[in-house]
Amino acid sequence: MSAAPVIRLSGIGRSFAGDPPVTALHPTDLSVRQGEYLSVTGPSGSGKSTLLHLLGLLDTPSTGSYELDGIDTGGLRDRDRSTLRGRRIGFVFQSFHLLPHRTAEENVVLAQVYNRSPRAGRAEAAREALRLVGLGHRLDALPTTLSGGERQRVAIARALVNRPSLLLCDEPTGNLDSASAEAVLERFDELHAQGYTLVVITHDPNVAARAGRRVAIRDGVLAEPEAVR
Amino acid sequence: MAADVLPEPGSYLGPRDLCTEALSGILQRPGRSVLTMLGTVLGIGAFVAVLGLTATASGQIGARFDLTRATTVNVADRPGTNGSRPGTNPPMSFPGDTDQRLRRIDGVEAGGVWWTVPGDPVLASRPTGADAAATGLGVFAATPGAVAAMAPTLPVGVTMDAFAQNTAQPVVLLSQAAAKRLGVSRLDAQPAVFINGLPYTVIGIYSDVRRQPATLLGAIVPASTALERFGNPGAEADRSAQALIATRVGAAPVVAEQVAVALRPDAPASFAVTPPPDPHSLRDAVGSELTGLFLALAGICLLVGAVGIANTTLVAVLERTGEIGLRRALGARTGHIAAQFLTESTVLGTLGGLIGTSLGVLTVVAVAAARDWTAVLQPAATLPAPLIGTVVGLLAGLYPALRAARTDPLKALRTA
Repeated sequence: MSAAPVIRLSGIGRSFAGDPPVTALHPTDLSVRQGEYLSVTGPSGSGKSTLLHLLGLLDTPSTGSYELDGIDTGGLRDRDRSTLRGRRIGFVFQSFHLLPHRTAEENVVLAQVYNRSPRAGRAEAAREALRLVGLGHRLDALPTTLSGGERQRVAIARALVNRPSLLLCDEPTGNLDSASAEAVLERFDELHAQGYTLVVITHDPNVAARAGRRVAIRDGVLAEPEAVR
Repeated sequence: MAADVLPEPGSYLGPRDLCTEALSGILQRPGRSVLTMLGTVLGIGAFVAVLGLTATASGQIGARFDLTRATTVNVADRPGTNGSRPGTNPPMSFPGDTDQRLRRIDGVEAGGVWWTVPGDPVLASRPTGADAAATGLGVFAATPGAVAAMAPTLPVGVTMDAFAQNTAQPVVLLSQAAAKRLGVSRLDAQPAVFINGLPYTVIGIYSDVRRQPATLLGAIVPASTALERFGNPGAEADRSAQALIATRVGAAPVVAEQVAVALRPDAPASFAVTPPPDPHSLRDAVGSELTGLFLALAGICLLVGAVGIANTTLVAVLERTGEIGLRRALGARTGHIAAQFLTESTVLGTLGGLIGTSLGVLTVVAVAAARDWTAVLQPAATLPAPLIGTVVGLLAGLYPALRAARTDPLKALRTA
């Protein structure tokens, strides 16, 4: 286990220029160790999306610093941020973001296109990731023929295939019925058990309840009301 | 580079992956891709077809002129110039041995003097009285060399020979039209026709000539006979004596240069020599006129094609914002995104160029086949044509690719 935490936020904040300027996230400290399962809850507009974008290197903070796996991401060029996204972060989106004309396997292969994975090994890695989320029987299915839960599991397989340091999930069950949501959450439990680091952002208390560690965000202020462990 | 900051190598998009991603983008919407290509197909197809057709057509024009005109040299007398032969009035500049002098020039196959007999002599089947059927028939005087240069087709009888010329025989060659009107069809009874009341023995009937088609409506008498009986040729431009020369293929320009001096070394200025038009300059003139016009049209087609590709690619970029955001989340750099869309538009342009070139070549071949022409395609214009499509696609894709690269991944992920 590496000494540095997967995520270390020091006084990170984000405000948007305007009249008056809007502070979406007040300066925040947060540290996530490897293997932790963290949920971030909050009503819409609370700033949890802003936090997710900062964690996913999709946005840059106005103040403070963000270390991912001990790498200070402040001042990195766009190309390096892209590299870190592709290598160390696996995204799971509310709306899945699967390419509709590609099979489940091809969608997972896409995640390996930009990170120098040898072409020969990609398909096998994709199949393995899909088997891991219980979709070994639907490798050649197009997203349009998959249920919502299956689609999200394809997206999880895509996020996993590069063995990232961090799985970043944005309302992963927001578009799913409760049965499908439960199946997805069970995968998260399994991944957590395998040692993956998960950060799940949600407004759903039931989803948040599965996480080992919960933080809440309200009006741009992060609070850790209850430390379970 | 990235290795300075990060422990891992930076994001990378290999050429094979780039092509795969671009191709799958094109094949996602095959119908739209085909429509996008259409402008380029039309533009480049028109480009190739226009160049091919003009080359083919002007090749045919050239070939048509090559056959007869390119082997014909006309020499007009300029009556009244100081080269006039003494004793002739109005004077004629051609020497008596014109046929022999012409034949001595290298490249000349046959040549001689001819003119329209002056005074509108009456050609008739009977000695007296006008023959209504025979009006409008002209009488021409010609040396045997001139007759040979006309290259008549003689179904009946013989052509004029040196004997008839040298001894000024009262003989005549009838065109088939004249023979029909005068009621002459067979020569075994040595029929005669009358010119201004004097009899001439018909020695041959010609059905066609390769040169001087005016003689197809008339009769030809030996030049010496005409001089003796009808006097000198007229002084008017269309009635004065002329030399008709048939040359070997390609020899006409050289013959034209020499002929005046060969005929009258003492007074070469007495003749106006008309060489055949240069087939190359003729072909080029025809070619450049047509090509300029149609190439402008092809250029407009190409421009429309480029705008079409640019438009469709831009629409695709806007439509696929979600995909762009996803790719950025998966590690793609801005350059990778730009390269993908640029490759898509370039491949579309190249495909359009290839299809257009094929259609253009097919058009040229089909038109040539339908008209029994020889298809002429210039490799210098045809082979690079698909590359024009590549360039069009590349240029058309520049702006959309830039737009795609600039797409904020955050917004892109949010929209879809």
